[in-house]
Amino acid sequence: MAKEHPLKPFYSVLVLAFACSALVAAAAVGLEPYQTVNKTLNQKKNILNAAGLYQPDMGVEEQFSSIETRLVDLATGTFVDDPDIDPFAFDQLDAAMSDENGRALDADTDIAGLRRQEKYSLVYLVKDGDSFEQVVLPVRGKGLWSTLYAYVAIDADLNTIRGVSFYEHGETPGLGGEVENPRWQKGWQDKTLYDQSDQLALSVVKSGTQSSPEEQTHQIDGLSGATITTQGVDSMMQFWFGEHGFKPFFEQLKNGGLNG
Amino acid sequence: MAESSKELLVRSIFQRNPIALLVLGICSALAVTGQMSTALVMSICVTLVTAFSSLTISIVRYQIPNTVRIGLQIMVIATLVILVDQILQAFFYELSKQLSIFVGLIITNCIIMGRAEGFAMSNPPIPSFIDGIGNGLGYSFILMSVALIRELFGAGTIFGYTIFTTVSNGGWYVPNGMLVLPASGFFLIALLIWLIRTYDPEQQESQ
Repeated sequence: MAKEHPLKPFYSVLVLAFACSALVAAAAVGLEPYQTVNKTLNQKKNILNAAGLYQPDMGVEEQFSSIETRLVDLATGTFVDDPDIDPFAFDQLDAAMSDENGRALDADTDIAGLRRQEKYSLVYLVKDGDSFEQVVLPVRGKGLWSTLYAYVAIDADLNTIRGVSFYEHGETPGLGGEVENPRWQKGWQDKTLYDQSDQLALSVVKSGTQSSPEEQTHQIDGLSGATITTQGVDSMMQFWFGEHGFKPFFEQLKNGGLNG
Repeated sequence: MAESSKELLVRSIFQRNPIALLVLGICSALAVTGQMSTALVMSICVTLVTAFSSLTISIVRYQIPNTVRIGLQIMVIATLVILVDQILQAFFYELSKQLSIFVGLIITNCIIMGRAEGFAMSNPPIPSFIDGIGNGLGYSFILMSVALIRELFGAGTIFGYTIFTTVSNGGWYVPNGMLVLPASGFFLIALLIWLIRTYDPEQQESQ
């Protein structure tokens, strides 16, 4: 074999790398619309799942049509009726990153590891006719490797958890990844968020922790082998159901009812 | 050395099966064989990636400088795997969620690299493509056999359809818990290798 020109490896790597990256970029851009459709469909499915309403044999969109999507101002807890913002097109993560619709969290309040929080959050109201049944809230927080995204469905008493559905995460499959396990998610049902003095009492504990029956109504079994993911899930609950999360919204709902 | 296309295709399934003879690509064979449906998707993905990476590398084999050939091969393979992953996410979202990280790990599947380096670098495009398909099919054959045994006896189902009704669903079949765990793949692959080598003693390694 003839001796190669010393620069030839550089040329060939450059050319091939360019061709490959063009292909990958084209695929990523070209297929993005389809992937977004799948993602939103998956989110809707998980909202239904958290609310315990999902039926596999029915179309997701059809089932979702009975759910009312609203925007809530997290600081005041009131509904946002700004005609400029379309709830269906509102992207919470984008909002959190922007200066206009988001804010930076300081280290003391940021227990869920979010860094930035949006001013407005989407909420999903489940109604049966005119009566309000439950509300599904989006929450997120840092686990071991990744940010976990979930929906939590709360009963009309604004205290009892109806269900939970984790829909996006990058935790270790088989350990932290077990947040996806429907059997584990079932353990969340009927747990209550607040105690009699209206203090946030919900916690995710190491599985097998001994506690009194009174405490048990607020305790969710953690995942074995996934201590840091469990702690992350616990802190995201503390954050999103505390003062900086949906607590003001709950208070507004209790005081003014839903039509306020 | 000149083998007909048919020989190239069929020999890779039994006579020189990449898993049974060369013992390559074991990791994914253990990880995704718990259910037949995921094993099938994985098989299709690996077959496609092996075929097209061998084809691409064979086409450009005279342009690849010897010193950086492994890096270039990996680049081609990685590009193809990303394409497969993107397509799965766009059109088979549920499956891509189930396979999650394993699709990305096709890049490190030794069979693909092995065929690129061992065959495509020194053969014309068409035979390389057929060789890639053949090796992919050989891989699929082992994967599907292991998955069949693991799913049938571990969960009592085939492709998710109940064959044996398990005790937990009110039937009679007590599932074999060990077969659900990845480690059981080791035993099954070992048994398959034993079977194949007993049937075809030429594959046995000489002392």
